[in-house]
Amino acid sequence: MIGDLSRALGGRLLALVPVLVGITLLVFILNAVALGDPARAAMGQRADPEAVARIRREYALDRPLAVQYGAWMARLARADLGSSWREERPVTEVIAERLPATVRLAVAATVVSIVFGLGAGALAALRPGAALDHVVMAGAVLGISTPVFWLGMMLSLVFGVTLGWLPVSGYGDGDLAHLVLPALALGALHTGTVARMTRSSLLEVVRQDYVQSARAKGLSERTVILKHALRNALIPVVTVVGIGLADLLVGAPLTETVFAWPGVGRLLVAAVGQRDLPVVMGAVLVFALVYVIGNLLVDFAYLLIDPRMRRGQG
Amino acid sequence: MAKADPLRHRGLLAGAVLLALFVAFSTLAPWLAPHDPHAVAAGAGATLERPVVGHPFGTDALGRDLLSRVLWGGRVSLAVGVGVELVAALLGCVIGLVAGYYGGWLDAVLMRTTDIVMAFPSLVLAIGLIAVFERPGLDKVFIVLIALGWTTIARVTRGAVLSLKARDHVAAARALGVGHLGIMYRHLLPNALGPLLVAATIGVGGNMIAEAGLSFLGLGAQAPTISWGAMLADGQTFLAAAPWVAVFPGVALLLAVLAVNLLGDGLRDLLDPRFRE
Repeated sequence: MIGDLSRALGGRLLALVPVLVGITLLVFILNAVALGDPARAAMGQRADPEAVARIRREYALDRPLAVQYGAWMARLARADLGSSWREERPVTEVIAERLPATVRLAVAATVVSIVFGLGAGALAALRPGAALDHVVMAGAVLGISTPVFWLGMMLSLVFGVTLGWLPVSGYGDGDLAHLVLPALALGALHTGTVARMTRSSLLEVVRQDYVQSARAKGLSERTVILKHALRNALIPVVTVVGIGLADLLVGAPLTETVFAWPGVGRLLVAAVGQRDLPVVMGAVLVFALVYVIGNLLVDFAYLLIDPRMRRGQG
Repeated sequence: MAKADPLRHRGLLAGAVLLALFVAFSTLAPWLAPHDPHAVAAGAGATLERPVVGHPFGTDALGRDLLSRVLWGGRVSLAVGVGVELVAALLGCVIGLVAGYYGGWLDAVLMRTTDIVMAFPSLVLAIGLIAVFERPGLDKVFIVLIALGWTTIARVTRGAVLSLKARDHVAAARALGVGHLGIMYRHLLPNALGPLLVAATIGVGGNMIAEAGLSFLGLGAQAPTISWGAMLADGQTFLAAAPWVAVFPGVALLLAVLAVNLLGDGLRDLLDPRFRE
């Protein structure tokens, strides 16, 4: 059992290596292409030639690309992403400051999408084809089609501007009120996907024998769905939560911009505007790593939930 | 097995109708728009005017007619959505066909590349790519979205090719001396068209949202190009004073994306036997 688990996990980790190398290579190439004369671009016309020369040396810009990549990777291995051109501080420091806010928002949005998505999906599956089912599924496709930043603005308009219930921008001092609207906006996109997946997965499961026998025992439909079917329907839902990670990371720069949320997404957007390329590349890299590691955790969750997956697949 | 039930395809029908309206409004914008979308108006009451008969969607901060701008903005959204997808899908088709058909190291290299591009959350990588250019603009949005948009199509094509490659009619064609290109074009591609169409349709919606998102962030279409995303950025600025500036372009974008998604879902139900119950 344990052997299976660690072997399966080892395989997953090993498969990750080329992807990780590829990610760094891609970000590096972007860097190399972008840095026409980055030093001058960053420091403007009145840049001190000595400072420009120092940056060029530091980034090995006058050496062949392979050497530059080697130097860059060596720095990366020491968690050194270079210095922000604007703030003249290490990029890792700048990003580390912003990361907690993004993680907090992402976790809250995930909770929103799971709670609402699971609930709505289960409701729809109770009586497939009924009016409620149609309403929920229409709502789901509407949610999937709504641009996250526009939804954010509309939520601000209704709950902030018109009703005055909730703050519409900023982090506050980390209080819950500031988190509600951004989390709802960012979570909504994925709520639709979770609801659909829960519904179809439940409908699949209810056809299985053990559910039929639970019914035959005379248990109420509610008990059958909630106690017997939902648990087994959760496995594909875990996948969807994993896919949702991509939605969250894609939505983060937009949501954070709408709500002036001090996260990595807004940092990225601002850095692009200022052409602060070390920060841009650092943030892109961090987003990709979070995504890859998140997917690894989802794989891990699978292996724990479903022992069948520990074998096979290979 | 309720195959003949026309109600099952309500979504498809609704999507098709919405999409037809979207295409019609966008292409006919020059004739439908009541005002010049670039015409500014100064003076008290002309800017940020609430919706009235002359300006059914109101006016923006420069006094421009929002209805006209929403109509014209649809052209950009449609052009980016469909234009990007055509090129990206073609690219993805070729990559998927080659990878699936030849297999071996070529397949390995192409699919690892696909994995790597897909390992980035798409909009984040798009933002990073935009940073490479000196100045943002709609042309850069095209390039970036094409560069990122081919992966799903490549995977779908490759999967279809792998499952078809071993079939008898392909083996027969090969035995008859049909060349590689002939087999790919005549026997593999047509049979993969269903799933490709679904993936491409959903891709169109993704492109439209991505363009609007980038333009909203100031990294896409620049003035004087009229884009719903850029209009929404204005809307954000004047959200409290003039909410209509944010409401109408957003509703238009939502309906356009909804149309494409409904169509995509409907096509999948129709074409993909796995989704037929």
